[in-house]
Amino acid sequence: MPLSELANPHRFLRRARVLIPALAVFALVLIGVGLVQGFRAPADYQQGEMVRVMYIHVPSAWIALAAYTLMAIASLGTLVWRHPLADVAAKAAAPIGAAFCLLCLVTGALWGRPMWGAYWVWDPRLTSVLVLFLLYLGVIALWRAIDDPSRAAKAAAILTLVGFINVPIVKFSVEWWSSLHQGASVFRLDGPSIHPSLLQPLLISAAGFAALFFALHLAAMRNEILRRRLHTLGILAAAEAEAR
Amino acid sequence: MSAALAAILKRDLKLALRAGGGAGIGMIFFLAVVVIVPFAVGPDLPLLKRIGAAVLWIGALLASLLGLERIFAADHEDGSLDLLFLAPLPLALTAAAKAFAHWIATGLPLVVMAPILGLMLGIDARSLAAVTATLLVGTPAVTFIGLLAGALAVTLPRSGLLVAVLVLPLAIPLLIFGVAATDAAVTGEIPLGAPFRLLCAISLFFFVLGPIAAAAALRYARE
Repeated sequence: MPLSELANPHRFLRRARVLIPALAVFALVLIGVGLVQGFRAPADYQQGEMVRVMYIHVPSAWIALAAYTLMAIASLGTLVWRHPLADVAAKAAAPIGAAFCLLCLVTGALWGRPMWGAYWVWDPRLTSVLVLFLLYLGVIALWRAIDDPSRAAKAAAILTLVGFINVPIVKFSVEWWSSLHQGASVFRLDGPSIHPSLLQPLLISAAGFAALFFALHLAAMRNEILRRRLHTLGILAAAEAEAR
Repeated sequence: MSAALAAILKRDLKLALRAGGGAGIGMIFFLAVVVIVPFAVGPDLPLLKRIGAAVLWIGALLASLLGLERIFAADHEDGSLDLLFLAPLPLALTAAAKAFAHWIATGLPLVVMAPILGLMLGIDARSLAAVTATLLVGTPAVTFIGLLAGALAVTLPRSGLLVAVLVLPLAIPLLIFGVAATDAAVTGEIPLGAPFRLLCAISLFFFVLGPIAAAAALRYARE
């Protein structure tokens, strides 16, 4: 099982050194291809050119939800399985997920203005994504408030797990309540309801966003591990200086 | 077991209500929040009547946030939290008793005050009854969410603002359905209706989740 193998930070760093540049290149190529194809794809019959916002808006929304889910799984890893890198993964994912969530909200607002006539409406989907963003900020604030890393990890893990209730609410908000936001059009039981010419660039772009997320996430995890090492080295050096 | 729970309840109530407990400050804050609204929107009674229930809910929600960080931090500082750990009670039940005591000392007075402040906002009798009922169901849930936030921040000094930031996103559903239920009481076919039931459901959910999660957080904070 590679997860237990990665419990050794040294081994993790060695893998990350190869994976980060590979994922970054992969992300750049896929996002580039996805966006170029997206701009060449036919315009929507109702929305015209504005539909192209979708190639950024939808992938960032998916990543925002997936990153929180990853944090929740990593939180289980911290509390239940006590995996040594789980809290590093959870901590590193929070600001990146928050950034994608903000990207989703901003592109959504820019898309909403010409289509709905308003940058923002208090619709269930929009509101629940805003709550997701606030939860991200709360988790980040808690991480920063507690200076002992292992204690902060456990507190943030519990908060993350409690906040996970919001993830299914975001997903199903368009079905449970009457919503201005459209329903799911890709992940449906009866198959995607968008035309293949628009779907293909969307999926390529989404794969690119996922690769970008993992590249950023691995880099942030590496930084966190190095930061902790530096902290430990600093303490050791101070103790040595005192002994002398 | 019920004797132990009653003892915790009594102790926390005494601590809250006696000098230095700070139980009354929430009521003053609630009054202040509701009073500044007519200054901000103008003394327009039809408008105040329309937004009155929402103003009462916002005021009660903000006032409920006060002092949440002290539920466990005060016990942590004077060492009584260690004794509560040793008590022959599940920690979640102890936490629930403490939350309930906190709500009686700080939340219940807000619910009692709400109809009086509602009169100042020109709310009619039917809405007053509805907003009081929704606050009676909703404010304990805010305290139980705050119980978790207080437990997460138990070792931190000056964590009041952090606790507020952690509680507010989780309390948004309560606010939505609390105000929706009050509106439904006036306009809906069934008194209070489905939003009120959803509000009750969310409250019951947090009555269970809050103490369990708070107990887990306290255990991890001690490690």
